[in-house]
Amino acid sequence: MALAIAFYLLAAVTVGAGFGVVSSRNPVHSVLFLILSFFSAAGLFVTMGAEFLAMLLVVVYVGAVAVLFLFVVMMLDVDFAALRQGFARYMPVGGLVAGVLAVEMIVIATAAATGGVHKADSPQLHPELPNIETIGHVLYTDYVYFFQAAGLVLLVAMIGAIVLTLRHKPGVRRQSIVDQVARTPKSGMRVVQIKPGQGIEQ
Amino acid sequence: MDANSFWATPGGWTLITVAQIMAVVLPLLVALAFFMLADRKIWAGVQMRKGPNVVGPFGLLQSFADLIKFVLKEIVIPDGADKFVFLLAPVLTFVLALVGWAVIPFAPGWVVSDINVGVLYLFAISSLGVYGIIMGGWASNSKYPFLGSLRSAAQMVSYEVSIGFVIVTVILLAGTMNLQAIVEQQAGGFWNWNVFGGGLHNLPMALVMIPMAVIFFISSLAETNRPPFDLPEAESELVAGYQVEYSSSPFLLFMIGELVNIVLMCALISVMFFGGWQAPIDLPFVHDWPPTVQSFYGLMWFVLKVCFFFFLFGIVKAIVPRYRYDQLMRLGWKVFLPTSMAAVAILAAWRVFGPAGA
Repeated sequence: MALAIAFYLLAAVTVGAGFGVVSSRNPVHSVLFLILSFFSAAGLFVTMGAEFLAMLLVVVYVGAVAVLFLFVVMMLDVDFAALRQGFARYMPVGGLVAGVLAVEMIVIATAAATGGVHKADSPQLHPELPNIETIGHVLYTDYVYFFQAAGLVLLVAMIGAIVLTLRHKPGVRRQSIVDQVARTPKSGMRVVQIKPGQGIEQ
Repeated sequence: MDANSFWATPGGWTLITVAQIMAVVLPLLVALAFFMLADRKIWAGVQMRKGPNVVGPFGLLQSFADLIKFVLKEIVIPDGADKFVFLLAPVLTFVLALVGWAVIPFAPGWVVSDINVGVLYLFAISSLGVYGIIMGGWASNSKYPFLGSLRSAAQMVSYEVSIGFVIVTVILLAGTMNLQAIVEQQAGGFWNWNVFGGGLHNLPMALVMIPMAVIFFISSLAETNRPPFDLPEAESELVAGYQVEYSSSPFLLFMIGELVNIVLMCALISVMFFGGWQAPIDLPFVHDWPPTVQSFYGLMWFVLKVCFFFFLFGIVKAIVPRYRYDQLMRLGWKVFLPTSMAAVAILAAWRVFGPAGA
């Protein structure tokens, strides 16, 4: 019973927050709703016994991705009036996409629920292990090449982002921490005896 | 416990858990008043001042006087502020700082929630802490708070990366993410603590783990916005950063949340690297004591360790000047990140090819 209450509560909050994302007038509120929806989705994972995935969802999406979303949205100066003008024009296309998605999900859900779909046979490799270790076993034995390939794709994307934004500006004085730390009184200071009324010769 | 008893039903479980949470939160908040005083006293001592010494003997009641003052003042909400987010931000900071304590093992068997992903849970909660600051800065609708919150977002995201890798080194040594299990593995004496490689057969790994503990300590300074990394509230540049527009109880919530986070980080350092509630030297006669007494004995060591690391936090605040922003980013991305990644690689290799290898 407690599990059912938890599920319906979390599911209702997830859906409600998802609705908030598309209906808020302020984009920052949209991102905050998105965060709420991620967070309750993580709660849904916990109710299904996938606590490792739940924590990863919070760490990666809520803790890192959504922070950057918020960062960008706060910096943008979005003109809401201009955004709303095209609403009537885009309405039919948007409605069509939403309708297709809804029909697809209903078809898949009924097919899966009535046993029409061949469910991917999930090998219970080590039923006694907690799911962290099970995921580790599966990722690093059965699917190690796909896993490494996915890592490679992310690495390429990261290098690409750095190459696109890296600029070497000539003529900029850069700080060299090593030089600063290695400075001694001898190399950084000169003691000059000044005779009164004469000043220093450069 | 009997499976049919009242305490095994959902209602009874809720009651017991609420009682456990209260047993953690209330002493913590009272202790916090004295941690705050200790912080000010350490700071004052370094500067050869006396610090708060008027309210109560040695100023012991200063924090309570401050509490009353904060609560009784008027809450000022700026005109252009986003009221809901403005008030939500300090509450969020406060709540997130407290929920982290759910998985901290205080003594043998004394933990509110003994979950398998305890380390990850703490990591997730601490990565959420940034939202209070970002939301507060943005909702204030003012320049300095906004700049402060942007700095904070970039800073915390940067240092979380190296904190994550340091945590991976500890998980590699311990082979579990359960904090209680991590502490239990460090039993037997201080040479078994993770900071010295977790056991004599791993002693060469002390060369890796001691720097990791130092990196974790410095990163947790950055993660909790403590000096020398308190750029989000740098008073010389940003007045008080994201806190500029806050007053009264919301400001108090921000301040308590920040301090609870600091103590949480101290607890995490002592659990992950310094054996949590394990005594530095395993005295044989302790095992003959009744379990409850042993638990209090463990709690004593845990509290002592947390106080020691809090003292380090206080000393660092008093004697280290604030970093410049680009230096902060350089330290996080160019020094800590490569070092901790190298440490993960070395430790993983040691676990597989070393003497205790799989």
